[in-house]
Amino acid sequence: MTVAIPRERRAGERRVAATPENVARLIKLGFEVRVESQAGALASFGDDDYVAAGAQVVEDPRALWAGADIVLKVQPPDLYPVLGQHEADLLPEGATLICFLWPGRNQALIERLAARKVTAIAMDQVPRISRAQKMDALSSMANIAGYRAVIEAASFYGRFFTGQMTAAGRVPPAKVLVIGAGVAGLAAIGAARGLGAIVRAFDTRPTVKEQVKSMGAEFIELNVHEDGEGGGGYAKEMSPAFIAAEMAMFAAQARDVDIIITTALIPNRPAPVLITEDMVKTMKNGSVIVDLAAENGGNCALTEPGTVVERHGVHIIGYMDLPSRLAPTASFLYGNNLGHVLADMGGGGHFHVDLEDEVVRGALVLLKGELMWPPPRREAPPPPKAPAPRPAGVAAPTAHEAKAGTGSGMGMTVALVIGALAFIGLGLVAPASFLSHLTVFALACVVGWQVVWNVTPALHTPLMSVTNAISGIIVIGGLLQVSGPLSDPAVLFGAAAILLATINIAGGFLVTQRMLKMFSRG
Amino acid sequence: MPESFVTIAYIAAGLLFILSLGGLSAQESARRGNLFGITGMLIAVAVTVLGPHVGGYATLAAMLAVGGGIGAVLAARVEMTAMPQMVAILHSFVGAAAVLVGFASALGPPTGLTGVEARIHEIEIFVGVFVGAITFTGSVIAFGKLQGVIRSKPLLLPGRHALNLAIILASVYLGSQFVGAEGAAGHPPAAPLILCTALASLLGVHLVMAIGGADMPVVVSMLNSYSGWAASAAGFMLANDLLIITGALVGSSGAILSFIMCRAMNRSFLSVILGGFGADEGAAPAAGAQPAGEVTSITASETADMLRDAKKVIIVPGYGMAVAQAQSPLFEITKLLRARGIDVKFAIHPVAGRLPGHMNVLLAEAKVPYDIVFEMEEINHEFPETDVAIVIGANDIVNPGALDDPSSPIYGMPVLEVWKARVSIVLKRGMASGYAGVENPLFYLDNTRMLFGDAKKTVDALLTELGQDGVAISA
Repeated sequence: MTVAIPRERRAGERRVAATPENVARLIKLGFEVRVESQAGALASFGDDDYVAAGAQVVEDPRALWAGADIVLKVQPPDLYPVLGQHEADLLPEGATLICFLWPGRNQALIERLAARKVTAIAMDQVPRISRAQKMDALSSMANIAGYRAVIEAASFYGRFFTGQMTAAGRVPPAKVLVIGAGVAGLAAIGAARGLGAIVRAFDTRPTVKEQVKSMGAEFIELNVHEDGEGGGGYAKEMSPAFIAAEMAMFAAQARDVDIIITTALIPNRPAPVLITEDMVKTMKNGSVIVDLAAENGGNCALTEPGTVVERHGVHIIGYMDLPSRLAPTASFLYGNNLGHVLADMGGGGHFHVDLEDEVVRGALVLLKGELMWPPPRREAPPPPKAPAPRPAGVAAPTAHEAKAGTGSGMGMTVALVIGALAFIGLGLVAPASFLSHLTVFALACVVGWQVVWNVTPALHTPLMSVTNAISGIIVIGGLLQVSGPLSDPAVLFGAAAILLATINIAGGFLVTQRMLKMFSRG
Repeated sequence: MPESFVTIAYIAAGLLFILSLGGLSAQESARRGNLFGITGMLIAVAVTVLGPHVGGYATLAAMLAVGGGIGAVLAARVEMTAMPQMVAILHSFVGAAAVLVGFASALGPPTGLTGVEARIHEIEIFVGVFVGAITFTGSVIAFGKLQGVIRSKPLLLPGRHALNLAIILASVYLGSQFVGAEGAAGHPPAAPLILCTALASLLGVHLVMAIGGADMPVVVSMLNSYSGWAASAAGFMLANDLLIITGALVGSSGAILSFIMCRAMNRSFLSVILGGFGADEGAAPAAGAQPAGEVTSITASETADMLRDAKKVIIVPGYGMAVAQAQSPLFEITKLLRARGIDVKFAIHPVAGRLPGHMNVLLAEAKVPYDIVFEMEEINHEFPETDVAIVIGANDIVNPGALDDPSSPIYGMPVLEVWKARVSIVLKRGMASGYAGVENPLFYLDNTRMLFGDAKKTVDALLTELGQDGVAISA
C-alpha cells in the first residue's frame, strides 16, 4: 500500500498532510510512504527530514499521484496552472483520497472525482462522537485557530495582556471577551489566560460553563434561560427574546473589553451577526476583534473575510487561514488525525472500507466512484458522555455514608448502654484486684487508640511488625511458668510459649528495624 | 529482686511500648521508636527472669536463644513482598503462646484463689485460650493463603453462618462446664478446655477460609487485633498489668488498621469477616456496565515522549508492580525525570498492597524517597493539574465506576482519580479485570492510553528510552 503526500498548491496554504514524524508512524502502520519534493517546505520540514523518517521523496508530482494507492491532502483537489491539470484527474482509478472535501459546497468536484472511480473520505465529515475524537481534524484545527486568534490579536493590540506594576507606573491587564466556548473558544480562553488577560466567555449552551470556569475565565450568564445545545457539539439558533438579551449584553461588554474573539457558528447557516457596527463604534480606540467565523460571513458586521481592516479605530481580523499560520503544529496534528483514520481502516496490512464503521461511514463521500454522501441517518447518538464523572455521582456515596453513619450511631448508643450495664454488673460482683486490672486495660485501650491514629499511614506495615514484636510480651507468661521439673506439663507448655514468643520478639523488632532503615528522604 | 521493683520496671516497659508506637507517627522518629520498643522488651524480660518467681534457667535460656535465633534469621531473610505472610505467621505464634500459657496456667500449681476470684481466673483462662486458638489457626490459614499454599478463593460451606454460631454456643456451654467445676488434683477440669481449644481452632480455620484474597489486608489486621486481645487475656489470667497494657495497645492497633482498610474498600467490617466477597457478588458484574468506547494502545517510546513533555507526573503503583519487581527500574525513571525538572510523585491507595502500608515499604525498599510518596487523601486533588498519570499493576483502585456507577460491585469505594489527569497511561499485561473481577471503564476513556506487556519489561524499555537522552545530554 503506497501513501502519497503531494505538495499543497493553494495560495497561502502552508500546511502539509504529514510531517516526518507522521510519516514514521504511517510506516509503522505498514504503509509505504512517498512525499512530493518540497511538500513540507512551508511548514519547516525539508526533504531530508522526510527521507530520514523513511519516506521516498519524489520530484515529479504526476509520477507521485500516478503511483499512489492512497493520497493524503489538506485542501480539496483543484486546478493548478503549475500542474497543467486538475488534481482530481491525476488520481489513478480506484485510488483513495483523504482530505478536507466539504462535499456540501463542492458538488462539481465530487462529480469529477466520481468520474475517476475513486474512493473519497472527507476529514470535515468525521462524525463528532467520542470514539472519533482522535480523528477529528476540525477540532484539531479549531484548537489551533483559537490559539492563533489570540496571538494575532496580541500583535495588533498595542498594550500588554498581563497587568504589571512597574517602577514607572501601573499597567492594567487587557480584558478579553470570547464568544462561543467550543474547541476554538476554549483554546482562545486558555491562550489569553496564559498571557495574563482577564477573560470572560459567553456561550448559549449552559453545559460548557464548567469547562469555561476550569480554564480560568468568567462565564457570562443572561437572565433569560434557554439551552442552546444543538447536538454534535454545536449550538442551535435561539429565540428572539434570548437574542435581544444577548445583544444587549454584547453591547455592554463592547464598551468595556479590549479584545473580542468570536467563534459562533451554526451548522449549514451563515454565521450569526453578533457584533454590530454600533457596538464597534463604542469600543475603545486600539481595540481588536478577531472573527473566527469569517469564512461563513463573520460574527461581526464589519468583518472582511481573509483580511484585516481598521474601522472606527478598531482592528477587525478576518483571516480564514489561522491554522495554516501555525503550519508545523497544524500539519502534525492533522497528520495524526489522518494516521488514526488509516489505523481505523485497518492499517497497511488490511486497509479496507468498512461500511459498518460509524466513523468511516460518516466521512465516506465516494466509494469507487459511487456517491455515498450524505450517510443514512442513524438514530440520534447518545449525548456525549463527559470524561469526568458528574458531581451527582460523587454526591450519591456521600448520602450512602450518611446513612451508614446514622446506623452506626444507633449501634453506638446500644453498645454504650450494654457497656454501662456490664460495668454495673461487674462492680457488684468483681473483687478489687480484678477491677484494678480492668482499669489498666481500659486506659491502655484508650491510649492505644489515640497513639495508633497518629501513626502515619506510610508506616502501617512497620506498625504491624512492631506490634507483632511487642505482643511477644506474652513471653512473660511462659517465663513465670517455666520453673519446675520438665516432667510437669505446665513447664513444657511454658517453655514452648517462651520459644514462640521469642521468635516474635526478635523477628518483629529486627524486621521493623530493617524496614525503617529503607525509608529515606529525597 | 523485690516485687515492687519488678512492678516499676513493668510500668517503664509499658511506657516505652507506648512511646515506640508514638514514634511511628513520622519517619524521622520511627527508628528511635523501635529502639524504645526493644529497650522496653529487654527490661521486661530481664526483670521477669531475675524476679522472685522464676527458676529453671537452663530451659529458659535455651528457649530464648533458639527463639531469638529463629526470629533473627526470619527477619533478615524475609522478602519485602512476603511481609504479609511474615506478619500472619507471627500472629499465629502469639495465638499459640496464649493457648500454651492458658493451659500452663490451668495445669500449674494451684493459685490459692477462692470464690469469685477463682471463678474470674477460670473465665480468664477460658477466654484467653479461646481467643488464642482462633488467632492461631486463623493466622496459619491466612499465611497459607498469602503464601499461595491454600487457594485464595473463599470457601463457602452451606450454612456457614449457622456453623459459626453453633461453635460459639458450644464454646459458651463448655465454658460453663469449665468454670467452677473441680477437676483432678485441685486443677480445673481439662476436658472442656481441650474441647474448646479444638472448636475455636476449627472456628479460626473456617472464618479465614471463607474470606477471599482481596480482603486479606483486613484479615491480617483483624488477626493482629486478636493477637493483642489474646495477650491481654493472658495478662488478666496472670494478673500482670504489663501484658494487659501491651495486649490492649496491639488490640487497638489491629482494630484501627482493620477499620481503615474497610473504609478504603467501602466495606463494613462485619461483611468482611463473615466472608464470601469476590465469589457470589463478583460473578455477575459488568453486565449492565459494559464500558463504551475503545482501547487506545501506545508504545514505550511514545510513552517516553509524553513523559519528556510533561511538567507533572503522578505514578500510581499497585501490587502488580511488586509482583513484577518493577519498582527499582521505576525509580530509575523517576530519577531521570526529576533530573529534567519534572515533578514526579507517587500516589498510594490504602489497599494498594497486601498489608496496610505495604506499598510504602516496597517503594522504600527500591529507595524511593518517602517525601515524594503520598497517600490517596493527600494527592487526589492534584490529578487535574497533572500532565501524565502512570498506573502500574493497579486496577480496582483507579476504577472510575467506583464513583459514578451504582451497579458496580465496588461502587462507593474511594479511588485515585487518575482520569482527571491530562493523560493516564495504564501499564497492564492484558485486558483482564482486577482482583475484584470488575470491568474498569478507565481503560476505555479517550484520555487513557494502554501500554501492554509485562510490567518489568515495559518499565525497562521505558528506562532505556529515557536513559538514552541522558547520554545525549551529557555527550
